[in-house]
Amino acid sequence: MQLFTCPFCGPRAETEFHFGGDAGNLRPGGDSETNVWTDYLYFRSNLRGRAREIWMHLACREVFVMERDTVTHEVHATEALAETAAGEHRP
Amino acid sequence: MTRHYSAVSLLKEGLNAQRGWRPAWRSPEPKPRYDAVIIGGGGQGLATAYYLAKSHGLRSVAVVERGWLGGGNTGRNTAAIRSNYFYPESTALYDLSLSLYERLGRELNYNIMLSQRGMMQIVSSPGEMEMAARMVNAMQVNGVQAELLDRAEVKRRVPIFNFGDDARYPVHGAIWQARAGIARHDAVAWGYARAADRLGVDIIQQCEVQAFLVEGGRCVGVTTSKGEIRAGRVGMAVAGNSGALAAKAGFRLPITSYTLQACVSEPVKPIFDTVLVSPMTGTYVSQSDKGEIVIGGGLDRVPSYGQRGNLPQLETVLSGLLEMFPVFRQLRLLRQWGGTVDVTPDSSPIFGESPLPGLFINGGWGTGGFKGIPAGGTVFAHILATGSHHEVSRPFDLSRFRSGYMIDEAAGAGIAH
Repeated sequence: MQLFTCPFCGPRAETEFHFGGDAGNLRPGGDSETNVWTDYLYFRSNLRGRAREIWMHLACREVFVMERDTVTHEVHATEALAETAAGEHRP
Repeated sequence: MTRHYSAVSLLKEGLNAQRGWRPAWRSPEPKPRYDAVIIGGGGQGLATAYYLAKSHGLRSVAVVERGWLGGGNTGRNTAAIRSNYFYPESTALYDLSLSLYERLGRELNYNIMLSQRGMMQIVSSPGEMEMAARMVNAMQVNGVQAELLDRAEVKRRVPIFNFGDDARYPVHGAIWQARAGIARHDAVAWGYARAADRLGVDIIQQCEVQAFLVEGGRCVGVTTSKGEIRAGRVGMAVAGNSGALAAKAGFRLPITSYTLQACVSEPVKPIFDTVLVSPMTGTYVSQSDKGEIVIGGGLDRVPSYGQRGNLPQLETVLSGLLEMFPVFRQLRLLRQWGGTVDVTPDSSPIFGESPLPGLFINGGWGTGGFKGIPAGGTVFAHILATGSHHEVSRPFDLSRFRSGYMIDEAAGAGIAH
């Protein structure tokens, strides 16, 4: 069992967390082209190695950013969305 | 020198102290140029090379593989072959595959140990039973033989299932596909490799693709750990690594890579003669010819390229097994492993030209690539030879994500992810 660190609750078992996609995948404006919507909805970076991802801690319902290695499963950092660079996410 | 496998060859080589056998395939150095280069020496890539040579007459084909043949998902699945899908597009693809599997051993002159022992999908509530009837009807309309079994029939066929009053998921019936079964998965890769090699295909192992050669906006080859290889057309069939390879080619795919794990028990006497899955527990199970109970389940919940499973998912899968088969409580596990599967939003594979012209994709099979090997190879060979879709592969083009014509088998056939 791997432990992930929720920025709000601390280290918890991996089963308490839910994967939410690539960090920085911004929802496009309503009048965007179909290609932009397709890219946002379905296409993924799916990085091999170090990746920045959105996760939800199901116990406290907070979403946050986790930087993680998708090969070794090492977790480099977790941070609350409010602490990430302005404009990277729209909650 | 003995090349053909037969009882006569066995007898001849037995009298000859087994000195005449030749390696099943060569290990050549790559040439500077081929008509087609296929990245990925798993079942899909090797089958593609075989059909390119056999059905399309290409004599200059190479398969490049980073590791060893069939070392990815081809050698890590639970070997089930079936075509119990809901949509006509899926049925056309997977039933083509099953039909090709039915004559593959003879065609390749290689024993793939196909055993059509049937597959049973357990139904656990009256509501589900109605959906099961819909599924069976859909399969029959699409030309695939299927039956709806009642509880008594399930009990007759699989008496060791949990029919007790305390069963968490009581048996109301089952969907039965008699033509489904299992095959020796390594043998499928090796059989295609041997047959492709005999048709002149160069199979180059331990040759990693590092970059794509792009000229005038077209992919014209690959740079590998064994040098540059130019090609008329390049195909990739790399399953879980599709995303990583796409990144090298400069585009993204509607694919997320997850671990799918499986395990086998110690060998026991024959106790269970079919393939069984319960959508409620998410666990599926069969017994190998050697006697091992082969167990699989749903995806790990953490996206990963790690090729190893995590414990919480293994626990889920095994609890499902014990819920269904209390008698397996005494079994001891022998091995557990994981493969990296390429999961698409609609749980259907992707074929066709990639966003980089000249580079073609066969991927996104998710948890179902092994059963799709002969059909995947057939349609992908057609695509690589002609540059346009096979009638079976056309609905699976990458453009479906833009047009919205998904083939949603997660909803249709109730695939576990």
